[in-house]
Amino acid sequence: MQSLAYIAKRLLLMVPTFAIVMVIIFLLVRLLPGDPAIAIAGDKASDADLAAIRERLGLNEPLLVQFWLFLTNTLQGDLGRSILMKAPALGVILDRLPTTAFLTLYAVTLSLLIAGPLAFVAALNRGRWPDAAIRAVFQVGLSMPVFYIGLVLLTFLAARARLFPVGGIGHGFFENLHQLFLPAMTIALYTSAIVMRNLRASIIEVLDAEYVQFARAKGLSSRLILGRHVLRNALISTVTLLGLSIGNLMSGTLVTETVFAVPGVGRLMLEAIFARDYPLIQGLTLTFAVLVSAVFLLTDLVQSWLDPRMRLT
Amino acid sequence: MTRDTILEVRNLTTTFTRAGRVLPAVRDVSFSLGRGEVLGLVGESGSGKSVTLRSILGLSRHYGTVTGEVLWKGRDIAPMSERQLRTVRGREIAMIFQEPMSSLNPLLTVGLQLTEVLKAHTDLGRTERRKRAVEMLDHVGIPSAAARLDDYPHQFSGGMRQRVMIAIALAARPELLLADEPTTALDVTIQAQILDLILGLAREYDMGVLLVTHDLGVVAQTCDRVAVMYAGRIVEEAPVAPLLSDPRHPYTMGLMRSVPEGVAPRTSLYSVPGTPPALDALPMGCAFAPRCPSASAQCSAADPALSRLAPGRLAACHHPVSLAKGDAA
Repeated sequence: MQSLAYIAKRLLLMVPTFAIVMVIIFLLVRLLPGDPAIAIAGDKASDADLAAIRERLGLNEPLLVQFWLFLTNTLQGDLGRSILMKAPALGVILDRLPTTAFLTLYAVTLSLLIAGPLAFVAALNRGRWPDAAIRAVFQVGLSMPVFYIGLVLLTFLAARARLFPVGGIGHGFFENLHQLFLPAMTIALYTSAIVMRNLRASIIEVLDAEYVQFARAKGLSSRLILGRHVLRNALISTVTLLGLSIGNLMSGTLVTETVFAVPGVGRLMLEAIFARDYPLIQGLTLTFAVLVSAVFLLTDLVQSWLDPRMRLT
Repeated sequence: MTRDTILEVRNLTTTFTRAGRVLPAVRDVSFSLGRGEVLGLVGESGSGKSVTLRSILGLSRHYGTVTGEVLWKGRDIAPMSERQLRTVRGREIAMIFQEPMSSLNPLLTVGLQLTEVLKAHTDLGRTERRKRAVEMLDHVGIPSAAARLDDYPHQFSGGMRQRVMIAIALAARPELLLADEPTTALDVTIQAQILDLILGLAREYDMGVLLVTHDLGVVAQTCDRVAVMYAGRIVEEAPVAPLLSDPRHPYTMGLMRSVPEGVAPRTSLYSVPGTPPALDALPMGCAFAPRCPSASAQCSAADPALSRLAPGRLAACHHPVSLAKGDAA
């Protein structure tokens, strides 16, 4: 009950955020030099088409009226028609969204699976060779661009060893676990490097905390101390980091989906930009804003679940 | 008066290495503690008293090198593995810390933090553990204990948190309690309550207490015997009454004089001149010599050994002082 009220409050707080996002998206097309109708319909549009668009968006009306029209259209789910796909933008986006969502979640899961155990090994061997080795390897991962890692994986594991497909998506959950392994891994290598560094640092900090000393003095087993007392406390800052890096993950999908020919919203965004498909760009921008906000809310919920001190507010 | 010894610490030395510098935090410390005895470990910050306490339970070795013997009921627990130590820690020797806020895990309910000790050290079942936890919280003076089992540490006040920590430490009925400045972080009014609680429980369970404090007032109220530490060494050890009435080491005397007692209002307070030496730059001879009013050439040449001056009285000083003799004349 309390958490429902909390979520409702957080959703209300998002209203101003989205108002600003809407203004930016609205101005995007109108601030371009030239006729917004041509920008929206494309160079090859007929005069009749342009007239229809001017009518629908109220381009002959004052700016405030135009904004009102834009706002009501958007709230009703009308994001305009994609020039590229020749279909309603919303439908095109919703069609591609599950693929990207799957890829992103897959990448985050892989990152945690890679970074979690290694962060523990590094932290518990602080200053000794396993720590140095793990940090050195991840340093390499951090200093390479995502698309390069992707190309290396593609060359060796897909093209040469033929362990994984070169691109595209499959059908169903398990097929896609295999199909999307390389693109997810490409994103995960970078993300896990960030997560590992952060988690290692917070585990080291928590290991020195008085309550861990107290837990030791109580005669608890190492497993209980690490699993119950250390991990949860260390995860708090890592959850924040993961939440904040959602923007990074999104731009990661942009490149990765292109390299691996995965038909998700990331690649769609690049296609839309190259084709100057403004309705689609607007729709995708709004989609990304919604996703980022949703992830921030989720981060806060996970944190208040982890940390009882955050539950009261 | 003679009690059988349960803890005997021999030549305990704990050294940390930080940024290439060797820091001897505890130097050749030896003392013993009888069953049910309350021994005070007094000294300034950085004198090594907390590290001594942590070294006894094997908590310091994660950060530095510990040598020497810790004979617990005749058995040396210093070389034991973490796994072996689990049967001693919390079960036979318990420890409480200075800061009750940072010593309780903020993410776990006090009920869980209490019952996990019982789970580790007793055969009690789940419901029995909860029952025992409530009894324990009630016993240390937590009002409506049963209703507070599922509360988190931040929902308790400072004094109540310290009571919770005591309840956790004593849940498995240990024979020795290591108390690291248990009242320093508390309001003065709460301090006396917590000390009374610890002493009352010690008497009830026939439990020894090794009390680390920098407060001589606390020592006077609570301890049977006192060991004074300076720069990682014990410089004086004596039963509490003679130590307070007739300190033999100049440092102990300086400590006593810095307690404002019977001093006219608005006179400046006494403090031992100078500052304690840095651990990586200890002087050649007696570490206290640079601050000592009665230091001689001998003092800066050789570190005096802790030697017996009278029955039960030990001091590490080339020129032990005596108020009793001087003032009586």
